[in-house]
Amino acid sequence: MQINTNSEKPIFLQIAEGIEDAILSGAFSEESQIPSITEFSVNYKINPATALKGINILVDNSILYKKRGLGMFVSSGAMDVLRSKRREQYFEHYIMNLVSEAKRLDLTEHEIHSMIERGFKDELYRS
Amino acid sequence: MNCIEVKNVTKYFGKLCTLDNVSLQFEENKIYGLLGRNGAGKSTLFNIISNRIFATSGKVLLDGENIINNDDTSGKIFLMNDKNQYSNTMKIKTIFKWMKAFYPDFDEDYANQLSKDFSLDTNKYVKSLSTGYISIFNLILALSVNTPYLLLDEPVLGLDANHRDMFYRILLQKYSEKPCTIIISTHLIDEISSLLENIIIIDQGIIMKIESLEQLLSQYYTISGNASSIDTYLKDKQVLGTETLGGLKTAYVLGPVDQKVPYNLAVSTLDLQKLFIQLTNKEEGLR
Repeated sequence: MQINTNSEKPIFLQIAEGIEDAILSGAFSEESQIPSITEFSVNYKINPATALKGINILVDNSILYKKRGLGMFVSSGAMDVLRSKRREQYFEHYIMNLVSEAKRLDLTEHEIHSMIERGFKDELYRS
Repeated sequence: MNCIEVKNVTKYFGKLCTLDNVSLQFEENKIYGLLGRNGAGKSTLFNIISNRIFATSGKVLLDGENIINNDDTSGKIFLMNDKNQYSNTMKIKTIFKWMKAFYPDFDEDYANQLSKDFSLDTNKYVKSLSTGYISIFNLILALSVNTPYLLLDEPVLGLDANHRDMFYRILLQKYSEKPCTIIISTHLIDEISSLLENIIIIDQGIIMKIESLEQLLSQYYTISGNASSIDTYLKDKQVLGTETLGGLKTAYVLGPVDQKVPYNLAVSTLDLQKLFIQLTNKEEGLR
């Protein structure tokens, strides 16, 4: 995961999303321990309070839980929860942007359909 | 109460007023950025807080005690700057040994370990070091003293990118394990902003801002688009500054983003360095 300090997105949100991505990709598996606040802080050169703020979002959403004296762990079922959350956001984050850029470029709905089909085919060859 | 309180401090050098009735408080265990242009009064403030020079008027309290000629408070605070204030006839390793006499919690083993990490030869004399290594030597002292208050005046002066990166990481590691109050002054704002929790901006001896980084940045935004639409938009706004590139204009604005931003204008946030430049620009901007 990468932290971009010049991004529009606050660093604590980037930390939270970075951890979500790592859970979704399986890099942080359910019931496994994630790195400590200190490790996030030192690794990304950010104030520990910022790292804590990012992690606390995920604790509040029950994606992570604290084990007293041990550290932070990924909740079981976190992957399903995140996947359905990301699916809900998919329309707003991707489809709405895709449609508004298409309108700017005078691309028709039909042209977009065929591009999506081509995208899925290319993805097949790649994987 | 564990904090540094600066109360109505004024400092004159001859007729020149370097600090003008400065009052502020540093909360315990936070990392502060003290930002100011050249000659703004940063080093003067550091020198007064660490009892190296006297204020013309006003006072500084550390954990409630006046710092003037006070052995208790001077052992709690460490100022690192680019001056070499150590003996030129002592080897670095000897200086490490002596530090404990003044700072009982100085960790000599840790200082030697850091010297290895930064490839600093402790058999050398400080006077024989390059600019970068004088900074490194001073940083190693600062990282090893274990005082509750640490003032770092331009800590990365002359350090190469690798050593700066190492320093930021070691500082955060240290701070996470053993929190203390750290005040850093630097001109490399972009590089250090993510380490900071609170910001102080000083300009011509006056404290301009003191608040959390998040709060400070949330009060401003930039807006850009074609110049005529921007000019119309800005009519009833408080503008810090503008930049024009051909028909494109970018403005730095104070205040919350209003809901009625025209669709052809793009709003974005400011980073600390941009905000600092706009706030302390002499030519234009709100003072």
